[in-house]
Amino acid sequence: MRDLSHRRGWGFWLQLGFTLLVCALLTVPMAMSMLAGLTANYFVGLKSGLTLHWVEEVWRVYSGTILLSLQIAVACLASTLLLGVPAAYALARRPGRVARLVEELLMMPVAIPGLATALALIVTYGGVGDLRSSWLFILIGHVLFTLPFMVRAVLAVMGAIDLTTLEEGAASLGAGFLRRFATVVLPNCRSGILAGSLMVLTLSVGEFNLTWLLHTPLTKTLPVGLADSYASLRIEIGSAYTLVFFLMIVPSLILMQGLAKRGRPSV
Amino acid sequence: MSACVQDAPLPHRPAARPPAGGGWTGEPLRLAALLAPAAAVFAAFFLLPLVRLIVIGAGGAEGWSAYLTTLAAPGHLDSLISTLALSAGVTAVTLAVSTVAGLFLVRNQFPGHALLVALLTFPLAFPGVVIGFMVIMLAGRQGLIGTVTQALGAGKLVFAYSMAGLFLGYVYFSIPRVILTVMAAAEKLDPRLEEAARSLGASSWRVVADVILPALKPALISAGALCFATSMGAFGTAFTLATRINVLPMTIYTEFTLQANIAAAAALSVLLGLITWAALAVARSVAGTSVAAAG
Repeated sequence: MRDLSHRRGWGFWLQLGFTLLVCALLTVPMAMSMLAGLTANYFVGLKSGLTLHWVEEVWRVYSGTILLSLQIAVACLASTLLLGVPAAYALARRPGRVARLVEELLMMPVAIPGLATALALIVTYGGVGDLRSSWLFILIGHVLFTLPFMVRAVLAVMGAIDLTTLEEGAASLGAGFLRRFATVVLPNCRSGILAGSLMVLTLSVGEFNLTWLLHTPLTKTLPVGLADSYASLRIEIGSAYTLVFFLMIVPSLILMQGLAKRGRPSV
Repeated sequence: MSACVQDAPLPHRPAARPPAGGGWTGEPLRLAALLAPAAAVFAAFFLLPLVRLIVIGAGGAEGWSAYLTTLAAPGHLDSLISTLALSAGVTAVTLAVSTVAGLFLVRNQFPGHALLVALLTFPLAFPGVVIGFMVIMLAGRQGLIGTVTQALGAGKLVFAYSMAGLFLGYVYFSIPRVILTVMAAAEKLDPRLEEAARSLGASSWRVVADVILPALKPALISAGALCFATSMGAFGTAFTLATRINVLPMTIYTEFTLQANIAAAAALSVLLGLITWAALAVARSVAGTSVAAAG
């Protein structure tokens, strides 16, 4: 990055103006919706006063969806950790054509629209026992969709460190596989596991494409409730609900940005 | 090919593989066992259902030609064409906007720079439904744009609940991701190339057109393909804005839930999946070099 401040011409100001305009396009509606969720009457405007009434109303009507979303996100994280970290290790230790193929296959649920994946799940497992009406049905969809992100994040870190040499060192000191995995491999992949976990949580809490078809009236998640409220309730409730959603994902978004920034200079 | 890469002794990393023995026996078996749970879940809940979906798409009396018949049905073909056009338009606009903003942010430092980058990449993980609501905030019945145009005496401009609103939503959704890709690629450009071009008397525009854009091409193609694929397959934004917007995911949803025409919904989903998967395969093959360089 170079500092060209000594010759900032009209080009600089024009581009700055353009970039600020793009930024406004992205952030103004966010700010408007947050404010609308706290305004007593949006149609009248801010002079109607600020209130937490709508947020309370959202909690009264939709707390079930918020809790279910958290439950699914945590279960999804546990599943992707258990499935994804060992898989990433196996792929990292044996790079080659087969590993590439497996990786490509695992990425498919991201490449194919969630709508198609959800339809496929319904036509195959919709009639199996009580699965269709269970929250586990949604969990399956979320695990399929988020697993690639966990595998990718862990694989990226495993590819950057010299896993073979680290493990050889531990093995030469007599450490068995489980010990090497727990005390050498996992600690060295911390940053990848953390980045993957944040991504999995954020994506699971916000997932809609799959969830809309997989959900039932008794298994509504937060985004399903959001779609519901946008369609049928007054704008203040939709806004307050969106505000609750922002509050849930903002911490992980900020952590992710921090991780990305910390990772950049070392690359 | 991969085998020779593995077996050839790398100059900077001698003898990567230890002799067999000790803790290393049975390693392939162990690796297979570690991969097995993920592979089993994936096969049972993704590959098998996908095969079933493909078979159901051809389930009618016509067999596999049902795919062509389904596609040729007037409503379906229109829907496919308008979705393709929408996605292509969104991709072009997003690439143009994000390249200008991304290049500017990489090539200039100023107070507030970090905050601007953080704000621009913030909506990265918003789901489609929330994006739809953001569009309603901007261009809906009580939206900002309508209020401003009304105040200017030009009448209330409301376009959220149409293809134009969907277009705005997908651009909104794609900008953060593409800006990040452009910035990552631009940061890795060799500044000496630009300096060389400048020292030979090239103007700023020539430097951008002849040096920077060609160097960013792989990143732009890959980001563009991703943008195209998400615009083709996204569902939440269209669902929030209006169920009558004629895009393929909405058509599939209507066929499935309202018409209960599962064969047509399956056939169209398979077709849609093929399109998005192909777009992303192109992205990966083109980005191969740039990803390697970024590694």
